[in-house]
Amino acid sequence: MYPAYLEENIHIVEDTRVRRLIENRPPLDESDKKALLRKYHPDNIKSSMRKLKVGVNQGDSAPVELADLLEGNSRIDPKKFDPSSPNYNVDVLVIGCGGAGASAALLAHEAGARVLVTTKLRLGDANTVGAQAGTQAADRPEDSPAIHYLDTMGGGHFENIPDLVEVLVKDAPDAIRWLEKLGVNWDKAPDGSMHELSGGGTSRRRLHSARDYTGLEEMRVLRDEIRNKKINYLEYTAAVELILDDKGQIAGAILLNMETEELIVARARAVILATGGSGRLHIQDFPTTNHYGATADGLVLAYRAGAGLIFIDSMQYHPTGAVYPLQILGQLVTEKVRTLGAQLVNSRGEQFIMPLEPRDVVTSAIIRECRERQRCMKTPNGDSGVWLDSPMIDVIRGPGTIARELPAMVRQFRRFNIDITREPILVYPTLHYQNGGIKIDTEGATNVPGLFAAGECSGGVHGRNRLIGNSTLELFVFGRRAGLAAARYAKEVKRGSPTLEHVRRWQEELQQAGIRDQRPVSPRLLPDYTRRTGGYTSAVFQP
Amino acid sequence: MAEQARLIDIYIMGKYYQVPEGLTILTALEYSGYRAIRGCGCRAGFCGACATIYNFRNDPQLRYDLACQKTVEPDMCLVQIPYFPAVKAVYDLEKIPADGDNVKALYPDIVKCYGCNTCTKTCPQELEVMWWMTDALRGDIKAVADKSFDCLMCGLCAARCPQGLTPYYVALLCRRLNGRYLTPPAAHVAGRVAEIASGKYDAEITALKTAGEQELRRRYNERDIEPALEQSRE
Ligand SMILES: Cc1cc2nc3c(=O)[nH]c(=O)nc-3n(C[C@H](O)[C@H](O)[C@H](O)COP(=O)(O)OP(=O)(O)OC[C@H]3O[C@@H](n4cnc5c(N)ncnc54)[C@H](O)[C@@H]3O)c2cc1C
Ligand code: SF4
Ligand code: SF4
Ligand code: FES
Repeated sequence: MYPAYLEENIHIVEDTRVRRLIENRPPLDESDKKALLRKYHPDNIKSSMRKLKVGVNQGDSAPVELADLLEGNSRIDPKKFDPSSPNYNVDVLVIGCGGAGASAALLAHEAGARVLVTTKLRLGDANTVGAQAGTQAADRPEDSPAIHYLDTMGGGHFENIPDLVEVLVKDAPDAIRWLEKLGVNWDKAPDGSMHELSGGGTSRRRLHSARDYTGLEEMRVLRDEIRNKKINYLEYTAAVELILDDKGQIAGAILLNMETEELIVARARAVILATGGSGRLHIQDFPTTNHYGATADGLVLAYRAGAGLIFIDSMQYHPTGAVYPLQILGQLVTEKVRTLGAQLVNSRGEQFIMPLEPRDVVTSAIIRECRERQRCMKTPNGDSGVWLDSPMIDVIRGPGTIARELPAMVRQFRRFNIDITREPILVYPTLHYQNGGIKIDTEGATNVPGLFAAGECSGGVHGRNRLIGNSTLELFVFGRRAGLAAARYAKEVKRGSPTLEHVRRWQEELQQAGIRDQRPVSPRLLPDYTRRTGGYTSAVFQP
Repeated sequence: MAEQARLIDIYIMGKYYQVPEGLTILTALEYSGYRAIRGCGCRAGFCGACATIYNFRNDPQLRYDLACQKTVEPDMCLVQIPYFPAVKAVYDLEKIPADGDNVKALYPDIVKCYGCNTCTKTCPQELEVMWWMTDALRGDIKAVADKSFDCLMCGLCAARCPQGLTPYYVALLCRRLNGRYLTPPAAHVAGRVAEIASGKYDAEITALKTAGEQELRRRYNERDIEPALEQSRE
């Protein structure tokens, strides 16, 4: 239920529906878009960025929250730790088990490698399960991989790495078919043809969905398959450092049992990082849609081991995060709501942006509406938001559409007595996705021999802005490629002896740059949300 | 602001705390100084990691929900239940045709379901768990797949089933059988895969890759956009 003053404003939104039904907002042209982004997009707030002082990307900008961790101190003292007596000895170690990790593990296993999967939370508890809207692939007659290529490049502001985009769009239909064969229940017509929707920045209808539980459905199936194939996995076990050998090749990783704090050495011929995103760093204090463990660990580990990063100053703020009620602040209102026809409306009932512009553009427009024009609503908690007019969907597509297409969304709001089939949703941008990450080639390989990366922790394919549905697609395209390539690499590599020399050198570098004492330990592993009550703290009591 | 909200009394694993009204069970735990390692994943009602049990000081009836979704109420007594392993059948999907007998062969215990409906009452997603168990017994795989679609695999139904059944794994098997065998494969997807393999789009994509940025921008801005709204679904 909304408080009375918001209910009153909703009447204004209702009164403008007839007008908006026939109104056709044109997309913005290039220069308008540019100006809007320059002035309002959070990435362009200079004070929130700083340049890295050490490592491969020295001199590049990163959000301060991320920069601190990238330049962090290792949790391992290389003088006191011997990486040469392993608890596990495998061909391929997969770190993280969302969609990318699971796909990689399955393909590496299929290629005959001995695989170990380690993951910080429960198997499959990852950003992947949160994906609601769908997965892109150009497979309808009206569509083609070339159009998908163009859409993706445009969405990423033409900075994407072309070779990666080519692979993404060409492997896409096969990724969908792979999942179909594994038993994913895609939304289909009775003849088997896919029911596909369009999304922001896509010029064709190409989103494959499974109601609004797409990521959950994909993940359930992949997780089940990992168990069917009897692939070994460790849960609640985070990687805290990579191990190299004396030839500078990857040799495994040091893992932490999150509950007992016991350290585990996993020796591996190849390692695949699939640790996902960084939303839980709450860059610029934004709320986030990301899962509990999204703290950029993969980037930290890779960077310290000498892998290059790309576009790390580019984050994606999803235009529509919930701002009311407080309990779901920052949680995703899936883009599918706009895809189905819901419009973004300010406090005067005006549509201020074409709802299917790329995300960064819509985000900037909402921030302008709230910060500069003050045509927004304030919640009792003091947050600003604009309306996402969801009931419009049933007006346009017929009663029952919302209930059928958006059961997760309807359920989520019903828990707080809001009926999105009858009332609009109050939204504001929320930190959603890390556009950049570890630099990879088309096989998922990094510049460190034997180190591969896939999924949200990798960067390059989306340029500076990811389109809806290209991320889950990326998991299956590059996850599978990395799995295969890692298995192949593991067969051929001549191993050296494991060392933590790179960690020793890293700590020295921090010392020389004079920042060692100013930086936290990293990776972060989990955000700290526990409230510290008054009185003595750990400064007095050491457990 | 949260600090100004009315404080309510709750009990966490027997200890008394006061927390602001409006918090979810998960944030109330954190507000009280507890840090979740297990029992937390998406924080958004999608992963099922935060299954929780509670009752009230004066009402011993146990209730179930997701800790990240349910808001605290006065006099709630909270515990979180760790996710525990349940029996999952191991199978090769390629070798089991979608036939109700296969479901029964892999999960023979489902015949023991005596229809007590505890699973349904437990499910935080409000799914008709008992009904799909009946469908599974009858061999109606499609019905199970449909009714169980919103299952988060939180494990609460299995935790509470007096017969030790695992409805969520039965449902997962049926959904996979449904996706693999009972819905026709998408011919246009397979067709496109073959076209791509034959190199049909190579020249066009190479042209885009080698076009200068200006040309690419022009083509992007001039590309025709298919209408988002398509009325007919089926
Ligand atoms: C709410 C939401 C909705 C979305 N909707 C869509 C959508 O509709 N379409 C789309 O294409 N994309 C969508 N996305 C984006 C997409 O879901 C993610 O980018 C993608 O799932 C990331 O997958 P991943 O496998 O790379 O990482 P994740 O799925 O996040 O998995 C990372 C895994 O690594 C583990 N991990 C992290 N650190 C460590 C460590 N140190 N050691 C061991 N394990 C570790 C984590 O616990 C987790 O299991 C959405 C994202 C969110 C959050
Ligand atoms: S069916 Fe069982 S596992 Fe699935 S959501 Fe309901 S209680 Fe949880
Ligand atoms: S709780 Fe168990 S026995 Fe009771 S109806 Fe559900 S599955 Fe059957
Ligand atoms: S934490 Fe994922 S459902 Fe609650």
